[in-house]
Amino acid sequence: MRHGNQLIIELSKEGRKGYSLPKNDIENLSADELIPEKMKRNTQPDLPEVYEVDVIRHYTNLSNKNYGVDTGFYPLGSCTMKYNPKINEDMAALDGFSKTHPYQPLSTVQGSLELLHDLGLKLSEITGMASFSLQPAAGAQGELVGLMIIKKYHEERKDFKRKKIIVPDSAHGTNPASATAVGYDIIEVKSDKDGGVDIEALKNALDDEVAGLMLTNPSTLGLFEKNITEVSRLVHEAGGLVYYDGANLNAIMGICRPGDMGFDIVHLNLHKTFTTPHGGGGPGAGPVGVREDLVEYLPVPIIEKKDNLYWLNDEKPKSIGRVMHFYGQFGVLVRAYTYILTMGAEGLRRVSEAAVLNANYLQSQLKEHFHLPVDAFCKHEFVLNGTDGLSDVRTLDIAKRMLDYGIHPPTVYFPLIIDEALMIEPTETESLETLDQFVQVMLKIKKEMEENPELLKQAPISTVVRRLDEVKAARKPVVKW
Amino acid sequence: MNKYVPLTLEEQDYMLNKIGVDSIDDLFSDIPLNIKRQDPLKINESMSEIEVRQWMKKLSDKNANLEDYTSFLGAGSYDHYIPSIVRHIASRSEFYTSYTPYQPEISQGTLQYIFEFQSMMAELTGMDVINASMYDGATATAEGAMMAVRSVNRNKIIASGTMNPEILKVLETYCHFREIELEIIPVKNGKTDFEYFNQMNQDVAAVIVQNPNFYGIIEEMDEIVVKAHENKSLVVMNVDPISLGLIKSPGEYGADIVVGEGQSLGIPQSFGGPYLGFIGATQKLMRKMPGRICGLTEDIEGKRGFVLTLQAREQHIRREKATSNICSNQSLCSLMAVVYLSTMGKSGIKEVAEQCITKANYAMNTLIETGLFKKAFDGPIFKEFTLVSSIDPKVINEALLNNQMIGPLSLGKYGDDLSHHVIFAITEKRSKQEIDAMVQVIREVAK
Repeated sequence: MRHGNQLIIELSKEGRKGYSLPKNDIENLSADELIPEKMKRNTQPDLPEVYEVDVIRHYTNLSNKNYGVDTGFYPLGSCTMKYNPKINEDMAALDGFSKTHPYQPLSTVQGSLELLHDLGLKLSEITGMASFSLQPAAGAQGELVGLMIIKKYHEERKDFKRKKIIVPDSAHGTNPASATAVGYDIIEVKSDKDGGVDIEALKNALDDEVAGLMLTNPSTLGLFEKNITEVSRLVHEAGGLVYYDGANLNAIMGICRPGDMGFDIVHLNLHKTFTTPHGGGGPGAGPVGVREDLVEYLPVPIIEKKDNLYWLNDEKPKSIGRVMHFYGQFGVLVRAYTYILTMGAEGLRRVSEAAVLNANYLQSQLKEHFHLPVDAFCKHEFVLNGTDGLSDVRTLDIAKRMLDYGIHPPTVYFPLIIDEALMIEPTETESLETLDQFVQVMLKIKKEMEENPELLKQAPISTVVRRLDEVKAARKPVVKW
Repeated sequence: MNKYVPLTLEEQDYMLNKIGVDSIDDLFSDIPLNIKRQDPLKINESMSEIEVRQWMKKLSDKNANLEDYTSFLGAGSYDHYIPSIVRHIASRSEFYTSYTPYQPEISQGTLQYIFEFQSMMAELTGMDVINASMYDGATATAEGAMMAVRSVNRNKIIASGTMNPEILKVLETYCHFREIELEIIPVKNGKTDFEYFNQMNQDVAAVIVQNPNFYGIIEEMDEIVVKAHENKSLVVMNVDPISLGLIKSPGEYGADIVVGEGQSLGIPQSFGGPYLGFIGATQKLMRKMPGRICGLTEDIEGKRGFVLTLQAREQHIRREKATSNICSNQSLCSLMAVVYLSTMGKSGIKEVAEQCITKANYAMNTLIETGLFKKAFDGPIFKEFTLVSSIDPKVINEALLNNQMIGPLSLGKYGDDLSHHVIFAITEKRSKQEIDAMVQVIREVAK
């Protein structure tokens, strides 16, 4: 096959082209004379010379080497790989949204501003926060913005000694990385035996140098933090703020809200809970919501409404500043808004109920056969120890074998506090039949693990490539053609 | 019941029974009662697809779109030609419904286009390595500054005042909270003030310059690079990839880090996002880069394949010691760029740049000939140019809007002395006829 197994540059042939531009109708000017000699490019970039059919076949064939939610089951824990509704895509592509310039006169973008304003209100109600900024481009940037707000809050209070952020050992790696990015030191607290925040350890960590605590609830083990109001009270008493990592909001919509749990700052991952596509790694969106007295710190511009006209307010003296060139990932926000319109209040609650039911059903079916380190009702996901020391088969081998059965493996080796972790999140958009098939595959692999461990170590055998040499890739990196 | 949740009531009972509970509520018994909601959320009720479409159409129709209006507005977001096939490829759900390629055996599609993206951008910019993409051009610039600080162990950044003011504001935010000193190089006649470099000291980790700059002028980069390197400071260049079809690349200038906004490469303007930031560097600085990088390797049978590589820099491995907190890229936007660059190819990228520069110069000359404008600054331009208008820019833009045109950016909001400065952007999409029509509207206003 010519297309898809080669690089696009390998299809290149001198003289071919895949575009058509109108004839340049400016005749008396030459590009060559308009640029001073010393500012001209010397060597032409080595870009492909291909025609349109080459491009279409090449990338169509590449797409066939990919696995998406539309291909099949994708129980990737912590990532909420639910179905991405197609109407969301259509709405984001409407000319009025996709073909507008961010600096057009305000009178010509009232529809977009109204949408953003309304989305902010809906997210505030869903989370119990006072106000939202929709600008952060991703969960990680949401964290960064949230931490900047924490820092600003303490700066404004002239409390400059707070240099530490507390992060549980079960946290996503982004939490400590984001805190470092705004100059904080990290204090890691151990989890208790049920994977929750160890209250005693927390008390020991709290002092007047603590700026805040970052927490995911339900936790990365998929368990609700029962002591959450106690946790937030303790942090507040010590003068810190409590930050909510919204990665796992899919478990609790309409059932309880971070704002009511005592969280001061929240980020959401619209690409998880609110069905915007993951896009092969992005773009996502990570809006940040805050409690009333932190609203003035949100990034500028802020969308406001005056005399029935929406406008963008850049003049907010206490704001942390600007964090994106324009207003964030607008196209992603349109998709999330479309989803909320479709679902409504009852629909969102039903989403969380079904997500939790699906996860508990899978957990109940699998815990007889695999080790479940914390045996409790889970929320939207749960974590197994994949191997349990039966052989030298590793969780990674189980994951790779799953590829042969046409299933995307769960998240592996996270959270770090569980050995050989296998983190399973089915989401609400999967049917009972799919869940049962998954159980069957897991049991089959378990049997193979006992009878023919070598098979698992060789897996996958049916994919377009087999296990790849990552050490070689990192030792002498080849990162371009 | 709803169309994205397949669960039937019978199935629900069956599953609850298997779990060993009576009701769904039992599964939420771990949530303390005092925070459990009794009332439904106060948002809309669910809507049918027809109702959603009507609602959204009504909102989108309140906007003026650039299919109906002719745009002369740029300043970071540009109305370039987007070949049809870009949308078709980016709409393949095998691409857009997949996650980050952490399971490379079933993600070769994503990984290969990222590798191709890195390769094409490395070719365009003349750099050794480009990562898998960043949020947007402004945050890429801020990450470039932080990368420089990490690389040379100095804590000061100097950035040219000729950069896009919004990019500078983002840089300011990141530097403030990271406790990096930021100084803005003064502007002299629309260019980076070269005098300033004589007072540069040993604290400076990097000099950041945008080329072509915010005012549309192509900067004198040669001298800046020499001065910076004499001071053992790095050079970070923010570039418009479209300009690189004609203008000397950061690699050719000897820049150490390149950053920029890739929206011009086939990505819809979409009211400001999602866009495509990019960052690249010399080989020497590769391991200081933030974000994802895709590398070539082979499988156990010796077959060519691609993986995410150098992950020891990243947050999921290094946690608080990571080079950045970034854990995503703008993957789908980089796919659009890779399809765009494949389609335009070697000759297309040059032709687009040629049309931009000739049309922009024609528009500039024609506007000046009216006697209503004069050049704000001297120096060669690429696709944007700054003029001083004798008419209030507000009046011009209102008249253009009434004629289905989106006028230039007025710089009044950036300073009182700039109240009559305007920046026009002219891409290859603008025809001579459209430019003449725009000039005619302005002539009429002056009468």
